[in-house]
Amino acid sequence: MEYAQLVANIQGLTAIAVGLLIGLASLGTAVGFGVLGGKFLEGVARQPELGPMLLMRMFLMAGLVDAFAAISIAIGLLLLFGNNPLILAVATALKTHTGS
Amino acid sequence: MSLLRPTEGEYVQHHLDYLQLNLHTFKLGDGGFWTLNLDTLVISILIGVLFIAVFYWAARKVTSGTPGRLQNFVEMLFEFVDSMIKEAFHGKSALLAPMSLTIFVWIFLMNCMDLLPVDLVPKILALFGIYAVRAVPTDDLNVTFAMSITVFLLIIFYNVKVKGWHLIKEIFCSPFGIWLFPVNILFRFLEEIVKPVSLSLRLYGNLFAGELIFVLIALLPWWMQWTLGGIWSLFHLLIITIQAFIFMMLTIVYMSMAVSSHD
Repeated sequence: MEYAQLVANIQGLTAIAVGLLIGLASLGTAVGFGVLGGKFLEGVARQPELGPMLLMRMFLMAGLVDAFAAISIAIGLLLLFGNNPLILAVATALKTHTGS
Repeated sequence: MSLLRPTEGEYVQHHLDYLQLNLHTFKLGDGGFWTLNLDTLVISILIGVLFIAVFYWAARKVTSGTPGRLQNFVEMLFEFVDSMIKEAFHGKSALLAPMSLTIFVWIFLMNCMDLLPVDLVPKILALFGIYAVRAVPTDDLNVTFAMSITVFLLIIFYNVKVKGWHLIKEIFCSPFGIWLFPVNILFRFLEEIVKPVSLSLRLYGNLFAGELIFVLIALLPWWMQWTLGGIWSLFHLLIITIQAFIFMMLTIVYMSMAVSSHD
């Protein structure tokens, strides 16, 4: 019973952590892409002949904006779908503690 | 032990295991620091040899008349990288252009392994009794850090070579003037150390996320895999090209910063 409570506790906290990881990552990327796209359109509207050059720079920046959000999302998905290392650690600790 | 059924967690974990060689005992398995990731090594070297062979072959058969398709393609890539360097790099270096071309094409080809079905290579190798294999070389921190640390050492080398004694003056009084030299040194140190870490973690993170999402898509029922997998493949095609391009572009920019003095 105690074991189930411990695992449920970790699962709940993991779910919150995953929500924060993915949610904050996408929030930051969304703001970044919004500013990036808006400024790009502004720049093209002001000087249409610079369009192709700005488009390539925009893709470069899009990759930079994208990168660390991708790491955050990957760690979130790993916690959610993969073998959760936190629960595994608690399970091994319990096993050594109780000797069962 | 996962939030879902344990078999799914095991499936994901199986796709995150490298084929490792323990250098203490020369048997397969994790050996702590003395471990070789065989899958990463073999696949990246194979891809590198393929890339160099194709480009070498194209260079040997080059004609000034009507070029073939391969020559057109190679020239296109070459001119693309060349124009990037002319735009961003204002020094002289015989090394930078071939290095940038190699970085771009090699990383792109290694990223392209991500577009193979996630189970294809492991299933084929499972027939030969190999348990775990990861087909994407850039999905391994060792490869990305190897590349970025190489670039980092070149940056330091060119800093010292081009600036000479002037480099010390630049480190001591670069942003704030001589009287704040501890802050200047700290800032310079952070600025330099961030370069290799961000370069490699960016590439690794994107590829890792892409691979993980492909693995998760593979867990879905078969009628959903096609649509989601197709959409993610298209999006991922964009990502892998941009990541290869960013690695190359940032290398050029860093090298340009290394050879140009601020005053």
